[in-house]
Amino acid sequence: MSNISKADVEKLYTRLNRDAEKSGYHTNPDFEHTNDLVRGLLINEKRYGYWACPCRLASGDKEEDLDIICPCDYRDQDIEEYGACYCGLYVSESVFEGKKGVEPIPERRPSVEERTKPEQGPITLSSLPIPVWRCRVCGYLCARDGPPGVCPICKAKKERFERFV
Amino acid sequence: MLNDAIDSMTMMHVKGKDKGDIILYALSTCVWCKKTKKLLTELGVDYHYVYVDLLEGSEQSKVLDDMKRHNPICSFPTLVIDDKTCIIGYKEEKIREALVK
Repeated sequence: MSNISKADVEKLYTRLNRDAEKSGYHTNPDFEHTNDLVRGLLINEKRYGYWACPCRLASGDKEEDLDIICPCDYRDQDIEEYGACYCGLYVSESVFEGKKGVEPIPERRPSVEERTKPEQGPITLSSLPIPVWRCRVCGYLCARDGPPGVCPICKAKKERFERFV
Repeated sequence: MLNDAIDSMTMMHVKGKDKGDIILYALSTCVWCKKTKKLLTELGVDYHYVYVDLLEGSEQSKVLDDMKRHNPICSFPTLVIDDKTCIIGYKEEKIREALVK
């Protein structure tokens, strides 16, 4: 089905794994699962030109697929809520340590209709749609529903974050 | 009452025990689809499957329209049994329950 070599898969796997560990994430320790996904990413890179999520149907239009380019926009929320991202490439600390398994999870990506809704008016500081969190250790700021499990910059744990805006 | 897509040879057929008309909408790169397919094969049931990502243009739209009737957001895998029961995602227990009768 594909002419992606085993060496290519291993190379990308090593890179993704190293990058994940560096920034406080973990790839799925289920090697077969992760390997299949990495192969899927390489297949998608070949046919679309970018790493569309292997478990979602890409349109082939990069602009339209930006939210599902791996790591996708939904990864962190899914890891937080379910212990793994949609395809299961990235997992939480407890899954990584084998305390919890990886289960298939519901699709968080909004429907095409919702995704293509026209944008609302300008955002002001008092009407931010997403809160801003600050790492009290290094000052790293991020806008997301909750603080990350680990600060990607200084590796401080979640409890060291405060709501900034 | 298999649909047009099967007639037009868009779908692949895996032979096995007749447990109704089983259609698996899948992606060729999806791990959960792969697991679902493996489970169906292990259960030895007769089923059709289609890799929607390998279809193009109108052929793909036609299959997606068909899929939408059961799963409006068209996520994968989507398993449809007898055009009425729909199991979205690799829900191993649910699939076993529905097919081991």
